[in-house]
Amino acid sequence: MVPRRFRVASTRRDNHDTLTVQLEPCEGGPLAFAAGQFTMLQVFGVGEVPISISGDPRGSGPLQHTIRDVGSVSHALAFAAPGQVLGVRGPYGTGWEVADGKGGDVVLVAGGIGLAPLRPALLEICAERDDYERVSLLYGARTPSDVLFADDLRSWAEDHRITVEVIVDRGEAGWTGRIGLVTQLIGKVAFGADQRLALVCGPEVMMRHSAVALVARGVEPQRVRLSMERNMKCGVGLCGHCQLRELFLCLDGPVLPFDRLEPLMSRAEL
Amino acid sequence: MVRMTIEQYLPHHPFLAGLDEDALALLARCATLVHFAPGEYLFREGEPADAFYVLRTGRVALETRLGTGSQVLDTADADDPGDGVVGWSWLVPPYRWTFDARAVSETSAVSFDGVCLRARCEEDPVLGYALMRRVVGVMSTRLHSARVRLLDLYGGRP
Repeated sequence: MVPRRFRVASTRRDNHDTLTVQLEPCEGGPLAFAAGQFTMLQVFGVGEVPISISGDPRGSGPLQHTIRDVGSVSHALAFAAPGQVLGVRGPYGTGWEVADGKGGDVVLVAGGIGLAPLRPALLEICAERDDYERVSLLYGARTPSDVLFADDLRSWAEDHRITVEVIVDRGEAGWTGRIGLVTQLIGKVAFGADQRLALVCGPEVMMRHSAVALVARGVEPQRVRLSMERNMKCGVGLCGHCQLRELFLCLDGPVLPFDRLEPLMSRAEL
Repeated sequence: MVRMTIEQYLPHHPFLAGLDEDALALLARCATLVHFAPGEYLFREGEPADAFYVLRTGRVALETRLGTGSQVLDTADADDPGDGVVGWSWLVPPYRWTFDARAVSETSAVSFDGVCLRARCEEDPVLGYALMRRVVGVMSTRLHSARVRLLDLYGGRP
């Protein structure tokens, strides 16, 4: 429960309200983590929030978190100055277990900031691209200006044979791409007969609709994995803030298969 | 793309899949092939809604005019299964387009004459019902999309 101290190495602006903070340990080695895990990030004297790790799980580079500036703690994190020391607890929770998709087709469905927790999974796939068959990323954003990781999207498509489809809720001047819901794209993804794996991250409503559409396309519910990022506080299954009936999402999740989540997600006010 | 006549092409479009030969032959009599360059309008808001488009290739944006310019509300893509169609105002009085439709990319389509289609549907209620079910399917998908987008899900916390 005692945070490790990390220093802000640099910050990259991803769009008008989202930044990626790169952290170096003040002492000791880099933080080992699995794609999909999160940490509890702390600004001393301000507060602590759960943030998914958005960097490469195979690299020894800085620890990366992509943060949307939506509250007092996330604002303090996103605009922490280079050299400022932050607290890091974790990594916590379950990961995407991307390797289960080896030998088959993988589809990743992201909505909004939900692309950030999927980025480590995509980087893992890119590192061993030949071990996977068709890989598709379906990404829904609010507007073209909200699209994250534009350079990555280009590189994944051009350098790593990943089919990248972006769709936005609202267009802007000059946008010639799709407008609509990310779930619309699921109908046009090319899937093989078996060994399909789907990873979904975004707002809960979007994940529920996406999971239903993926199952309708023939993906087994236990191979549709969702990242349930709720109100994690302690990160170790003690406080119960993130409880979803029998599940502690910080411990049993955040990544869980749809067959386990479906009865919980379809119940109001649970 | 292999060149096909309208009669040969229609059974292959997901929107018309499942219609029998007689129905497709009736529809083909109302149809012509059309092509739109990027930026060209298929129709404009307020004009008589006299056509219905089944997209073969390309992307079409549905727009409305604001004081500050046009706002794209939706797109229809030829490669979206079941969604590659544009226009249902030909079916609903007063038969006027309620939005602009503009080709975003090189777009080819089968254009059905709205008056002709309505006449065929009146004469043959079975065909009319089959066509109506398909149009309602597209309307339902687009309404669902519009409602969920109204929630502005990506604007809040994930």
